[in-house]
Amino acid sequence: MSMPKRPFAITLDVGSSLANLTGSWRTERPVYVDRLPPCNAACPAGENIQGWLYHAEEGDYHAAWQVLMRDNPMPAVHGRVCYHPCEDSCNRRQLDEPVSIHAVERFLGDQAIRHGWKVECAPESGKRVLVVGAGPSGLAAAYHLRRMGHAAVIHDAGPLPGGMMRFGIPKYRLPRDVLDGEIRRIEEMGVEIRLNSKVENLVGLMNEGGFDAAFVAVGAHLARRVDIPARDAGKILDAANVLRGMETGAPPRLGRRVVIYGGGNTALDVARTAKRLGADEALIVYRRTREQMPAHDFEVEEALEEGVLVRWLSTIKRIDQTTFTVERMTLDATGWPQPTGEFETLEADTLILALGQDVDTSFMRAIPGVVFRKDGVVEVDRNMMTGHRGLFAGGDMVPSERTVTVAVGHGKRAARNIDAYLRGTTHEAPPKHEVVAFEMLNTWYYTDADKMVQPALDMIRRRTTFEEVTGGLDETNALFEARRCLSCGNCFECDNCYGVCPDNAVIKLGPGNRFRFNYDFCKGCGLCAAECPCGAIVMVPETI
Amino acid sequence: MLQQIEGSQAIAQAVALCRPEVICAYPITPQTHIVEGLSEIVREGRIGNCQFLNVESEFAALSVAIGASAAGARAYTATSSQGLLFMAEAVYNAAGLGLPIVMTIGNRAIGAPINIWNDHSDSMSMRDSGWVQLYAETNQEAADLHFQAFRLAEELSMPVMVCVDGFILTHAYEQVDVPSQAEVDAYLPPFEPVQVLDPADPVSIGAMVGPEAFFEVRYLAHHKQLQALEMIPRLAGAFARAFGRESGGLVVPYRTEGAKTVIVALGSVVGTIKDTIDEMRAEGTEIGAVKLATFRPFPLAELRAALIEAERVVVLEKALAAGLGGIAASNVRMALRGLSTPVYTVIAGLGGRVIPTTSLKRAFAEAHADRIDDPHFLDLDWKVIDKELARAKERRRSGPIAENILRGLGLVGQKLF
Amino acid sequence: MTQRIKFYQTGTFTVGNRLLDAERRTVQATVDRSNSLTSGHRACQGCGEALGARYAVDAAMRAANGQVIAVNATGCLEVFSTPYPETSWQVPWFHSLFGNAPAVASGVAAAMRAKGRTDVRVIGQGGDGGTVDIGFGCLSGMFERNDDVLYLCYDNEAYMNTGVQRSGRTPPGARTATTPAVGNKPGAEFGQGKNPALIAMAHNIPYVATASIADLHDLEAKVTKAMAIEGSRYVHIHVPCPLGWGSLPRDTMRIARLAVESGLFPLFEAEHGEVTDVTPIRRKVPVDEYLKPQRRFAHLFRQPPDRESISAIQAIADRNIAKFGLLRQEGEV
Repeated sequence: MSMPKRPFAITLDVGSSLANLTGSWRTERPVYVDRLPPCNAACPAGENIQGWLYHAEEGDYHAAWQVLMRDNPMPAVHGRVCYHPCEDSCNRRQLDEPVSIHAVERFLGDQAIRHGWKVECAPESGKRVLVVGAGPSGLAAAYHLRRMGHAAVIHDAGPLPGGMMRFGIPKYRLPRDVLDGEIRRIEEMGVEIRLNSKVENLVGLMNEGGFDAAFVAVGAHLARRVDIPARDAGKILDAANVLRGMETGAPPRLGRRVVIYGGGNTALDVARTAKRLGADEALIVYRRTREQMPAHDFEVEEALEEGVLVRWLSTIKRIDQTTFTVERMTLDATGWPQPTGEFETLEADTLILALGQDVDTSFMRAIPGVVFRKDGVVEVDRNMMTGHRGLFAGGDMVPSERTVTVAVGHGKRAARNIDAYLRGTTHEAPPKHEVVAFEMLNTWYYTDADKMVQPALDMIRRRTTFEEVTGGLDETNALFEARRCLSCGNCFECDNCYGVCPDNAVIKLGPGNRFRFNYDFCKGCGLCAAECPCGAIVMVPETI
Repeated sequence: MLQQIEGSQAIAQAVALCRPEVICAYPITPQTHIVEGLSEIVREGRIGNCQFLNVESEFAALSVAIGASAAGARAYTATSSQGLLFMAEAVYNAAGLGLPIVMTIGNRAIGAPINIWNDHSDSMSMRDSGWVQLYAETNQEAADLHFQAFRLAEELSMPVMVCVDGFILTHAYEQVDVPSQAEVDAYLPPFEPVQVLDPADPVSIGAMVGPEAFFEVRYLAHHKQLQALEMIPRLAGAFARAFGRESGGLVVPYRTEGAKTVIVALGSVVGTIKDTIDEMRAEGTEIGAVKLATFRPFPLAELRAALIEAERVVVLEKALAAGLGGIAASNVRMALRGLSTPVYTVIAGLGGRVIPTTSLKRAFAEAHADRIDDPHFLDLDWKVIDKELARAKERRRSGPIAENILRGLGLVGQKLF
Repeated sequence: MTQRIKFYQTGTFTVGNRLLDAERRTVQATVDRSNSLTSGHRACQGCGEALGARYAVDAAMRAANGQVIAVNATGCLEVFSTPYPETSWQVPWFHSLFGNAPAVASGVAAAMRAKGRTDVRVIGQGGDGGTVDIGFGCLSGMFERNDDVLYLCYDNEAYMNTGVQRSGRTPPGARTATTPAVGNKPGAEFGQGKNPALIAMAHNIPYVATASIADLHDLEAKVTKAMAIEGSRYVHIHVPCPLGWGSLPRDTMRIARLAVESGLFPLFEAEHGEVTDVTPIRRKVPVDEYLKPQRRFAHLFRQPPDRESISAIQAIADRNIAKFGLLRQEGEV
């Protein structure tokens, strides 16, 4: 036995308590978890929003964009036209205001276009997929399939790609250079787009072209009509055609006074378009109240700012040349509009119907196995495949909410399922983590930081031109906005657990590698979990 | 160099020659002159970078010394009486931690009643604290013991008290040979602590020790005292060779050859005892003395050897173990265990009561004739005692004894009850 | 209006922040922090004092390039860190007695001065009992001599090591083993107790500060500042005690935070006897929020609640807020 170096017992060698494994005191153990942030959970395109914000917070916009592009091929478009349900569910809403996710997404999308950023594709698989429709769903499917190494060929009946993004959304909301830029990038990846190519015989085309699978994503371009008793009715147009006309070189003549019938986003788009085309008066007639309008409130607000008029609780009962008889409605106990028998008249040169659109699926009627619903949409299974093997459908074609983002999400899901199908397997989505509720956060640690406001075009130009109404964030603002993210449910390496552990039982693994618990010493006090700002630590009972 | 000098100044000069690095001081009579002297020496820059701290209590004084010593500095303080009791907790602590602090005790009685004069009650109260206790007979020895004390303390890593009788030595002007710095440096090497607080080699000192090891730590402290028992004579011998005079050691006999009665005592009273012995020897009485220069560790074997030929032993001491009698006497009996030699206790000089040669001679003669009571209270005024006891017996609420006695002696303004 | 640019996600409230410049991160966020008090110590689960000690000594270690000697009073920290045969300290550490830590630290500092080791800095540390009660004489002496020691008091508001008895820092109304929640006036007496930081200021020493484990950046900044100053310095750190306060181990930080946010534990700095800065309350809370999660105050909330005592405690908080200006707006001087 060697001679002890120190005087016995009263003098001890430093750090010798490491021999005392206090982990045995523990009744609960902390465990790092990754939870599903509410933004990600709410995104119809399945974006890993928090994931790309993480990189944007560091100012690494290219990395952020790459993460974004794993799920959505068109960030610049979505940053403008997505109705961002992510922001509605953002936990920061309960602290001050939600993170302006769309504004950062738009910034990233615009950066990518400006700098010509590209994505990588997997090696060629030799498989070929036919895509019908060059709208958001078809483009997204083709993009994802291409990244997986498959060849994708899109057929579209229209003269220009983009589908409803081009023919349904006015350019003051989505400038065409932005749309063209993002579509061009998809084409440059090797996706072939055949325009003015209406598909009539899908199965035949598949056989001729040697396609291994097909994805059908035709947009809802058929305008719904309504029967209104009319004598010598003036000009009656439908909104879809008006908006389409804006893109095909023949702006429709609408006259001085325009009435728009309907309460959806399309009604607002067409009303605002009418103003820009020079109408003195653009009046929306809607049978219910503002609160019940399906259009998004910010769009209503913008339209009102631009001078669009709205007549709530009104239905058009009769048209006599330029005189419209309108009946006032009232809401019954269930909130449904009921006629009051009170009438009034108004004058207009043109009536534009904005009562919704349907999809034309007649070309698929003959395909064996495909099942249709009453409104014409196609039934698909949970893997987005129709009753015909190898034939998948999405976007407006299938029962779903009809937004660009939903369509893009369908495109991604379809691509994953088609990829699995091509490899003879079935795609199984990984199980979703628990969604992070506000109560799981320790919000003390977040700095008060108000939302960055995007600039808006001045009113004169909004009323007279088709310039983009809403401006983008500059880099400083985008960076700041990204940093407002709370990183709900996922460690962002704030070092709190590492710092607040009274027992030094948290091991810091260095940038990007997060932390590890040292269960030899962790006493299970739970301070790390309590002080984790983002709810990424849970306490689990020890089994004894 | 020979100087006609106050005892405290001699001690201060001796301490300064030991090159202390930290001195902490709190005033209490009769040690004040020592630290006053040191403060002046330090201010004059005569001890290099030595730090002199005026602290707020004796408890702090020894605590500062503890910190300084643990950090590897040669540390010194001095106190007396109440001050020693006030630092009692730190006294034990310094010993338990094995810190080689040297502390001068200007021996003084302990109140109540408060009393500033000399006896050994203070240092005796700390006899089992783990400190070495050396008792000086003269001012020369008081000075010399400090050189030995630092060397002993540092070689064994334990604290040492140098006990110097208050006033009798501290305030007395005598001739003292104060050595040169070179002589002292040659005798006392620089302090090399066995352990030290050092960021380059960190340790934790002062752990909590439970039943599994405390006993062993305590035994080791005892063992250190036994080591000191061997080292003290060696250091005293080395001192004598280096400085050409005897100082310190364990036991120092005086005219014990053929002595049938041997007096044992500590401190300055040994000088008076020697005079008494000289007188009695001249008259034919076979009497001698043994000076206990070291009280802790207690030199059992050496004392037994010095007393083995005696027919009787008289222990004269300036402390009273109330309810027992003598403290030193009990220890001396321990040294003589198994022998039939009677050991008489003489309690003397409490609170500065003068110990005249005549009284000693009377008591020693009675002892020599085996007629002395035991314990014997030298020059105790039994008339006062009897009167007070009688009065107290009469009246239950008799008031403070001290004041009553002073009144009885007519020393307090008379006022009828 | 120009928007103030904030280069961080969570501001300066979290321990670290990957977005902050390295020099603006805390010592506790670094992988090479000293861990002056390392794993294996026997502090209770969620011990605030263990945290406070590591925070403060690690910060001091960084400020002094590792040249630190620590002196410790008897108490929880001493007992849980150094029971034979193991110590959790990684700095040179010394324990003498309960009531003498400041004097011992003075002695170590004197030794360093005597040896010309100006690079070595000395820390004294103890709990509230060892510091503001039994050690107060020595502390005051250390202060008035302006000895070059940083003294850290870890205040958990009672004698925890001996089983939760009242100290001079036990707040009014709190139940302890010697101020039980029985009789007409349950808990510690109102109108008693002392504020050692203010008393320290009265010594005119160069630096006095109060800090809390709830605000690590503030705590580290104060220790760092203190380490740059020569002479006597005092930092009084609020460290909740789950055992003594009857709170959940996981709530230690939250309760420390509520003490600050309610105004009951004001954070301030003083130089040479004058208050030079205060850390404003960020989100003011009524004292109830601080009191309720602690069983030592449970008797105040029995049915019917002891509104009189709660109001008296609120009055103490309000007085602190007014006295120190704790509701100062950002940017206001």
